[in-house]
Amino acid sequence: MFRFPDISYRNQRKIIIAAFLIVPMALLITFSFLPVANMIWYSFTDWNGFSEKEFIWIENYRTVFTDPEYFRVFTVSLYYFVGTFVQMAIALYFATILSFKVRLKNFFKGVLFFPYLLNGVAIGFMFLFFFRPDGALDTVLSAIGLGNFTQLWLGNPDLINISLAGTSVWRYMGFNFIIFLGAISSIPGDVYEASEIDGANRWHQFRYIILPSIKIIVSLNLILAISGALSAFEIPYIMTGGANGSMTFVIQTVDTAFKYGKIGLGSAMAVILLIIVVIVTVIQKKFFGEDD
Amino acid sequence: MSKKLLMLIASVLTILMIFTGCSSDEGGESGGDKGGDSKPVAETWKDKDPSEIEGDLTVITHRTDIVDSVYQDYKAKFQEKYPNVNVEFEALTDYGGEIMPRMNTEDYGDVQYLPVQVPIEDIPNFFEPMGSLDDMSEKYLGVEERAVDGTVYGIPIAVTYTGIIYNKAVFEEAGVTDIPETPEDFIAALQKVKDNTDAIPMYTNYAAGWPLTQWEGAVTTTAGSVDYYNVDMLDDPTPFDEGDPHYEHYKLMYDVAEKGLIEKDPLTTDWEKSKVMMNNGEIATMVLGSWALEQIQGAGENADDIAIMPFPTNAEKTIFSLGADLNISINKHSENKEAAFAWVDWFINESGYSVEQAGGISAAKDVPLPEALAAGEEKGWEFSMLTPSPEDKKGLLDEIDKESEVGLWLEPNKKILIEAAIGNRDMSYDDVMNSWNEDWKAAYEKVTAE
Repeated sequence: MFRFPDISYRNQRKIIIAAFLIVPMALLITFSFLPVANMIWYSFTDWNGFSEKEFIWIENYRTVFTDPEYFRVFTVSLYYFVGTFVQMAIALYFATILSFKVRLKNFFKGVLFFPYLLNGVAIGFMFLFFFRPDGALDTVLSAIGLGNFTQLWLGNPDLINISLAGTSVWRYMGFNFIIFLGAISSIPGDVYEASEIDGANRWHQFRYIILPSIKIIVSLNLILAISGALSAFEIPYIMTGGANGSMTFVIQTVDTAFKYGKIGLGSAMAVILLIIVVIVTVIQKKFFGEDD
Repeated sequence: MSKKLLMLIASVLTILMIFTGCSSDEGGESGGDKGGDSKPVAETWKDKDPSEIEGDLTVITHRTDIVDSVYQDYKAKFQEKYPNVNVEFEALTDYGGEIMPRMNTEDYGDVQYLPVQVPIEDIPNFFEPMGSLDDMSEKYLGVEERAVDGTVYGIPIAVTYTGIIYNKAVFEEAGVTDIPETPEDFIAALQKVKDNTDAIPMYTNYAAGWPLTQWEGAVTTTAGSVDYYNVDMLDDPTPFDEGDPHYEHYKLMYDVAEKGLIEKDPLTTDWEKSKVMMNNGEIATMVLGSWALEQIQGAGENADDIAIMPFPTNAEKTIFSLGADLNISINKHSENKEAAFAWVDWFINESGYSVEQAGGISAAKDVPLPEALAAGEEKGWEFSMLTPSPEDKKGLLDEIDKESEVGLWLEPNKKILIEAAIGNRDMSYDDVMNSWNEDWKAAYEKVTAE
């Protein structure tokens, strides 16, 4: 009769590894690799979502690369890119402060992390009310005597991307914050004690103990944030649908594929975005890579 | 070791999946083309007694608002006539967007609508034929629009018309006594509203976007000819030149926005709220289809103040062009086609949906016209269907529109127009029209050359 222990140790190991891997691998393949493979295939066709697909080689890619219109929207990503650094700075600041002894520490942690738990659609609508003329923001400004500074926060094309990037910072800061906090709390307490004996102040502790210890986490967050900036979608799509100069590359991709029925072209744009994100990540790896 | 193994499993599985994925695709397509053995169900189902027809029917609808109320009444009434058919409803918030991925399977309900995104020539691959165009067009309005090779695949659930919905009380307060007939009069009337009342003269609903696409439904009123849209426009590679109906039509949108006769901040408008505001007299006008009339009347206590008028025009005749709402259709892969036909027949002819819920008229020609329409005809308003495109140019307009990304029935370009008008973009009206013309011309040449 077949008994598991009869098999050699090597083979047992193989079987167990395979058995444990098969479920996550199947899920990963069905829901990540297969759709991506399909998307790459679509990007070489002129499919419109319904008709027969016709293979047209790199025609879609040529369309995208020969028309500067498609890349102009990346300037909007710059706003989110700058927002990323603001977001990381705020997150790091709060994470550092809250890792020391502070009154109501857990309460503040909750408050800061809360926005990330909210649904993106809810946040979009919330901020739509917030930015409305005579909405919450204008009311607050008037109340503290800054009434003259009220603007059409979304109606003004010079401000709209700043408003939207600000919303995005508000939403995602909590996520960076919680990761930083986790990383900082893994630093053993006696290191601080030792540094205090040597006369280090809080800034020294941050600069020479905390920052070097969480460098990898910072770079990871940066990669996530930058690819997030390039593919900004949710907040501007819900709040403005890409109107008034807030169009991002992903909104454009979605519009191309589903509004104008050019699934092939839209897939090509998505593949291009994927490649750009991969390139950016590789560059960053090179930049921060020496610790790996 | 483990890394190698992982790679192996991953690559083997990937290859496997890709192969199975492809092969099942092909199998589905070839299987779909077959069939059609004897007489079509469209002809045979009526020979059966209503009680003989049976099955479980899944009906897909876009009316999330009334699926649990009005549709349940429909179900009850339908089952009085066809007791052995069980009806289940499935309401989709974004019909066009949600049905599309499902149509790549065979599971898209037994009864649904022809999605406007499906290219007309592909309709027979997905839907059950309902009869020949000759027979059907005698009985129903608007069936020619999506017919393929003389066969009808869908019947409009209602026939609606587009105009300007306005608040009579606000007009009265502003001192506008006659319904403005020309664009100049209309702008003057809006100016009076702005000067004499607190109401917003025209609410664009820019943020929701789709209300801007409603303007397109009234282009025929501006053109003053039912031949323009589907026939004459196809001969013009640049249909947005000065003097062309589209140019004149959207000029009004631009002018109204430029003169500050719209809401203060278009970016933060809210469709649901706009209905209430209009009912309360905080909004004077909105350009919308007749389907919205009933919703706005129902949004508050002042139902009697809300009425519809024709889009202002310089043309000799005032034409309300009748446009087909979504076309109800039957899944080609349905297992309950007889029951599905029974539902379609009942829904179009007996439910009263088109008048009561869609604010239009019934597609069935033997259902009498509602009173509101008859009153309009006395004022000299004409209600007529558009002339369909010639047979060899069917679907051409749609194809050029998609290829050019002008999007006659989509909002992005209308939003740009408003942004230009309120000074958020450095573009004049002619700049916007020229950019439409350029895109249209390039697509026109590409599509007609094929």
